[in-house]
Amino acid sequence: MLATRVIPCLDVAHGRVVKGVKFQGLTDQGDPVELAARYAEQGADELTFLDVKATVEDAGTMLEVVERTAEQIFIPLTVGGGVRSRDDVARLLAHGADKVGVNSAAIRDPELIDRIVADFGSQVLVLSLDVRREASMPSGFEVTTHGGSRGAGLDAIAWAREGVSRGVGELLVNSIDADGTKEGFDLELLRAVREAATTPVIASGGAGEPAHFAPAVEAGADAVLAASIFHSGQCTIGEVKAAMREAGVTVR
Amino acid sequence: MTAPRPTVALLDYGLGNVHSAAKALEAAGADVTLTADRATVMEADGLVVPGVGSMAACMAGIQAIRGGELIGRRLAGTRPVLGICVGMQVLFTAGEEGGVHTNALDEWPGTVRRLKADVLPHMGWAEVEAPEDSQLFAGIRDERFYFVHSYAATEWTIEPHPRMRQPRVTWAEHGERFLAAVENGPLSATQFHPEKSGEAGIRLLTNWVRGL
Repeated sequence: MLATRVIPCLDVAHGRVVKGVKFQGLTDQGDPVELAARYAEQGADELTFLDVKATVEDAGTMLEVVERTAEQIFIPLTVGGGVRSRDDVARLLAHGADKVGVNSAAIRDPELIDRIVADFGSQVLVLSLDVRREASMPSGFEVTTHGGSRGAGLDAIAWAREGVSRGVGELLVNSIDADGTKEGFDLELLRAVREAATTPVIASGGAGEPAHFAPAVEAGADAVLAASIFHSGQCTIGEVKAAMREAGVTVR
Repeated sequence: MTAPRPTVALLDYGLGNVHSAAKALEAAGADVTLTADRATVMEADGLVVPGVGSMAACMAGIQAIRGGELIGRRLAGTRPVLGICVGMQVLFTAGEEGGVHTNALDEWPGTVRRLKADVLPHMGWAEVEAPEDSQLFAGIRDERFYFVHSYAATEWTIEPHPRMRQPRVTWAEHGERFLAAVENGPLSATQFHPEKSGEAGIRLLTNWVRGL
């Protein structure tokens, strides 16, 4: 049986880890490789880097960070943010990323998923969905772009299903409504995605304390991702895993 | 004076991501060269065959550098070879990925096929059942390893023979039982990624490198 993965997400801009609310007012939090190493020591099961600026000028800086990380830290590394093409994926993989997260670019051009899967396999592709509640959608959930500020006019559950049928390896489900609230994951959203998807599901958005993680797993998540709860020093990965174990979840 | 580090050739057949494998093998005590050069591959103390993505694509890459022949020659001289992930799958007779039949290297009998499981890919940290006398898993107990795959070999059909050294077979389960690792004379393989399995993975690679 698989252990539920606990994945710290590091927001990176210009080669540094940053922290901000909804990508505003970013403050420097240090070197991504050093932080990644600390998380790996604490028992992180994977690492995710999210390039929150993802400017063309910064692409080289991000590749260098990915390369240094992959050379020193022997757990899986996912990189997301600004991945627009098959060639972006090729470059990230060549520098040591194991998986890439694709978001807006796949909404604009769903066939991008097919091209990435054909060339590199399902296992490299994480389809990232920023989801908000929207009553006009059949499922009640809508995919958004631009950090959750714009609706894509796309039903989130239908989009998750399409991603799976096009061959994505995983779904990263980030609740825009729960994000930043620290009140827990959106369990209804996770149940709806779990029911629709045959791939692993990663829950994101809303974790405020160690007790919030186990309910996400009960709702169907195979992995849980969080950023600020770890960066703030509020709790360690070990503490989160201890709370999950206490609640009956299998962790490494 | 320290003993020279064993040399390992990491087979280069155009795969994107082999950084971690190279660095993890170095951390395990080897001098690593990423190469498809025939002399270098033959002379190295160990050969590692990496593999990600589809089995058909990996087989095409391996055949393009006549990698099957290199692996076969090394094995004929009892020179160690280690396959990782799809690098393990290609050692079986064939694969049935995406409904396409791919002939593989046929070092071991069996077909690699899609796992019967509710959620695929099988992605994450899983336990393995290694035999007591395993060399790869020596000193490694109660650890999980990182898997990412939808296909696997689910049968081991080589009959034990009194004149042959017994193969050591390690199992894991996802929906059904499948081969997580095989140690068969000079030829070893893991379905999981030791280079992505943290400290436990480095220890496993160290066990392999020490045997070179």
